[in-house]
Amino acid sequence: MILSIILKKIRQAFFDLLPIILVIAFFQIAVLKQPLPQMGEVLFGTLLVVAGLTLFVMGLEMGLFPIGESMAHALARKGSLFWLLFFAFALGFSTTVAEPALIAVAWEAAEIAGKGGLIDPGKESLNQYAFWLRISVAFSVGLAILIGVLRILKGWPIHYLIISGYILVMLMTVIAPKEILGIAYDAGGVTTSTITVPLVAALGVGLASSIKGRNPLVDGFGLIAFASLLPMIFVMGYGLIIFG
Amino acid sequence: MEFFYDFGKTLLTTLRDVLPIIFLIVGFQLLVLRQPIPHLKRLIIGGIYVVIGLALFLVGLEKALFPLGNIMATQLSDPDFIYGADKVITQADWKAYGWVYLFGAMIGFATTIAEPSLIAVAFKASQVSVGTISQWGLRITVACGVAFGISLGTFRIVTGTPLYLYILVGYLIVIVQTIFTPKSIIALAYDSGGVTTSTVTVPLVASLGLGLSATVPGRNPALDGFGLIAFASLFPIIAVMGYAQLTHWYSKRKTKNMEKT
Repeated sequence: MILSIILKKIRQAFFDLLPIILVIAFFQIAVLKQPLPQMGEVLFGTLLVVAGLTLFVMGLEMGLFPIGESMAHALARKGSLFWLLFFAFALGFSTTVAEPALIAVAWEAAEIAGKGGLIDPGKESLNQYAFWLRISVAFSVGLAILIGVLRILKGWPIHYLIISGYILVMLMTVIAPKEILGIAYDAGGVTTSTITVPLVAALGVGLASSIKGRNPLVDGFGLIAFASLLPMIFVMGYGLIIFG
Repeated sequence: MEFFYDFGKTLLTTLRDVLPIIFLIVGFQLLVLRQPIPHLKRLIIGGIYVVIGLALFLVGLEKALFPLGNIMATQLSDPDFIYGADKVITQADWKAYGWVYLFGAMIGFATTIAEPSLIAVAFKASQVSVGTISQWGLRITVACGVAFGISLGTFRIVTGTPLYLYILVGYLIVIVQTIFTPKSIIALAYDSGGVTTSTVTVPLVASLGLGLSATVPGRNPALDGFGLIAFASLFPIIAVMGYAQLTHWYSKRKTKNMEKT
């Protein structure tokens, strides 16, 4: 019984990965016309990926989703707006501030700004620039989850908030320094890690289903959207302040 | 031996990612909510599965798929491959890069299907909508959006047109679509932009962008290498809303026809 469930999960994980295998094989054999290098290594790696994805999906259903939802229910039952919003902010801030992808992007941004002569190219000032860039992105993600949770509580329609956000991004694009634009746009994409996303999704859906008059589908989603929009605005704002 | 070293290192990084979440949840349970967590044992086992699974997944990707993907991205954008050897190229010809656009589209599609965050969100969406949103339907729609986005993004790098123009037009399309899309799908559509760019897609796509901007004559990696990730998060929104509009329109027409007969 348990074995057949596990086999089913492994089969699912295999189908999830099949497109990548096909694409790489096609380009290697038909377009570049070269044999696959290090065949054994590649096969072993693929087995690891299938096993990893299987475990991850099982853990998702057993651990991450239930914990997110039970936190949402418990906080909604407690009825304290302050603690709910505090939790939302802390979740966004703490999972983002040490995110390796963000550290890498912030450092790269500092180097570009240093080379472009926008800031002092010394090590000290580059470090400081990268640090505050990271803090402003993490703060913006925390604020984003907070606003998203507040939206679920109040039942505000999401499109007004997101569209005003987009319009703000468009306006800031026009006035922000060109050197920061690429990084600002990409910052929205790198902030939401693989463990944060399921947790935040479960939090939103759990909240929406435990508050009367909210629909989990209409109101429960959207937290991740805020978390990818606000960092763009903050990074551009940071660029505007630093470079004047 | 080397495998265990790699695995241990990745496991530690993943644990460090999870640490703030554990602190936050335990702290809240003990200090604010002050009540025992239900099904604690099951949750802990599930959490361990997630961490080990993710670490295995990342080590496997780094061993097998990333090196191959990176080699391919460089080979495909190599001027010798594109224009034939022994030719001196000063101006990029966008028509010569067909294989690059196709590779961008296909690798974008394939990595999105394997993206664990998207699997999680699709699972939740189908659960919440009681099956009206199918997991595979959502994932394939999002993957088509990413495919188009990456392909257009590589075209942008080859032609060297400014990034912000594409982004501004994309946002305008999203705003107009929002007005006409069924309200129930809007939040999910916005979310699907954020989940596509994660552990699998970002490293492969970033190396494609940097490799391409380093080999196309007249491009600067520092300025033109960025932006593919932004494309990969914008177009899934358009794709999901477009798909919802299509099915909405189709079902409306069907009921109209049924009323007639």
